[in-house]
Amino acid sequence: MKTAEPTIAEIADIARRARIQILKAVAHAKGGHVGGPYSAIDMLATLYFRVLNVRPDEPDWPDRDRFVLSKGHSSIALYTILAMRGFFDMEELATFDSIDSRLQGHPDMTITPGVDMSSGSLGLGFAGALGIALGARTLGKDFTTYVMLGDGECNEGIVWEGAHVANRYHLDNIVAIIDQNNLQQFGWRGDTETERLTPYVGDELAGRWKAFGWHVLEVDGHDIQAFLDTVEKARAVSGSPVAIVAHTIKGKGVSYMEDNYTWHSRVPTEEEFAIAMQELGDTKAGER
Amino acid sequence: MTSLAPGKALRVAFGETIAELARTDPRLVVLDGDTGSSTRTDFFENEHPERFFQMGITEQNMLGMAAGMATLGLIPIVSTFACFIVSRAHDSIRVLIAQPKLNVKLMGGYAGLLAGMTGKTHLIFDDISIMRAMANMTVIAPADEIETRKALPAIIDHPGPVYLRLTRPNSPILFDDDYEFEIGKAVTLREGSDITVFSTGLQSVRAYEAAQTLATEGIDVHLVHVPTIKPLDVDAIVSAAAKTDLVMTSEEHTIVGGLGGAIAETLAEHHPVTVKRHGLQDVFGESGPDAALLEKYGISPSKTAEAVRETVRSHKA
Ligand SMILES: Cc1ncc(C[n+]2csc(CCOP(=O)(O)OP(=O)(O)O)c2C)c(N)n1
Repeated sequence: MKTAEPTIAEIADIARRARIQILKAVAHAKGGHVGGPYSAIDMLATLYFRVLNVRPDEPDWPDRDRFVLSKGHSSIALYTILAMRGFFDMEELATFDSIDSRLQGHPDMTITPGVDMSSGSLGLGFAGALGIALGARTLGKDFTTYVMLGDGECNEGIVWEGAHVANRYHLDNIVAIIDQNNLQQFGWRGDTETERLTPYVGDELAGRWKAFGWHVLEVDGHDIQAFLDTVEKARAVSGSPVAIVAHTIKGKGVSYMEDNYTWHSRVPTEEEFAIAMQELGDTKAGER
Repeated sequence: MTSLAPGKALRVAFGETIAELARTDPRLVVLDGDTGSSTRTDFFENEHPERFFQMGITEQNMLGMAAGMATLGLIPIVSTFACFIVSRAHDSIRVLIAQPKLNVKLMGGYAGLLAGMTGKTHLIFDDISIMRAMANMTVIAPADEIETRKALPAIIDHPGPVYLRLTRPNSPILFDDDYEFEIGKAVTLREGSDITVFSTGLQSVRAYEAAQTLATEGIDVHLVHVPTIKPLDVDAIVSAAAKTDLVMTSEEHTIVGGLGGAIAETLAEHHPVTVKRHGLQDVFGESGPDAALLEKYGISPSKTAEAVRETVRSHKA
């Protein structure tokens, strides 16, 4: 059940506030990822506040839409949105990555309300999501399964095993969202000391999904209205699986993090933290 | 010595039984890695085509998809050669099946030394060690077609992941029709007083034949078949070991970490006695006819008898 639908501007603000929470959680835990969560958060906010048919007070409701964060290292982004959507208290975000916490470094379906599949070993969540989609068809259930992958994650062989099988079964109840931020953790050396090269150049990645028989849509993953429209289009496709290649910026939202691979996973210094809070418009800037 | 009646291959009993169980259990689905004609899930496909999923040669993906299906309450039975389940898809099993304790049944056909002239790429005899080391995993290796048929309903009823270790060749019949299989229970095949032999899988048939031969020579073997390697029947193992205070383990599997490892660990803690581990040494296999391989790698019935003789002899010395 969706609550009163937030507007596009309200979702943008949810994402902005989520970015603040994410950095607070990472700074507090002294560990975690930032770059990937920031490239994904506009889409996660849109999915959880406008797309997914879920019940925060009944996380295991059998007919809910499913969401699998296959790029599981962005867990803090998912946790933050789940908390904002009401799956658990916002205060719990402060336990991220600590002992006995339900909010582990990578998503654990056995303990966190709202997590539909464990992930963290890249590529595996995608297979799990495909199994959910094929299982749903077998059981005659008509919910939709969404799965988000990183572009670096698409290096994994298992992704292409699954892409092939999904096409073979014409799975049209699954939407894969590829967060193409053109950076992975370390990747390939470029011409300058700090440049790290993209795993897939130009439309190479979109082309691969097409070659595997997927219906491919492309969108700016930070344009909430455009993303929403693209998801609607994806759901309307029948007879083949759909991949949305979302063009994003790693570290999006904080000037010095954008397109900087070192922010894949990094704990901000006090100074960096303060700048980020200011840029993100945190009214209580500097409070960690 | 009367020889055992011939029986079907475990994989055939498996294929027939799951097809039969699926008649009354709509939760059962089968995922095949393009080996259904070998691992005999073809029986299931013929009877329940709408619940049979050909995943192609995508083992990592196949095990992951089985996990996804299990989250919806289905009971996926995933089947391919044991080597490809256990080693190719290990991470999928670990992260998506064992950690969340999902109800997926892993059927590794063609485990052990005998995989039909395929050579070392297809032979896996460290699968028990690997799967036993994984938390939440139950590991079962039946000896004959009857035990396979009896084990399957118990495996389906058992909540959580189970690795069922099956073998390729036809197996003589060791058990009666009224045999009752229980997960976690060892079975005494023969009472004896000179040495206790623990065996598992098809090797139990060979150990049984060896024990019959040895009886004619005056060596009285206490033989215990251990179909569930994890969880181990600790009480039965300790009390059987205590009867003779001399133990040999025998398996179509490496002596590193398999049944031998499990029993040695258990007895070291609970009832320290001499434990001789018989099985495959620290080797990879090769192609060849089954009987020749069993001879060369030292686990044929006669080689098993020889190992027992040697163990008893050196213990007395
Ligand atoms: C199988 C596997 N190999 C390596 C890693 C370590 N790792 C974590 S994130 C990452 C890079 C992922 O890049 P991408 O998918 O593009 O994610 P994003 O840029 O969106 O953070 C790597 C190599 C892992 N988690 N899993």
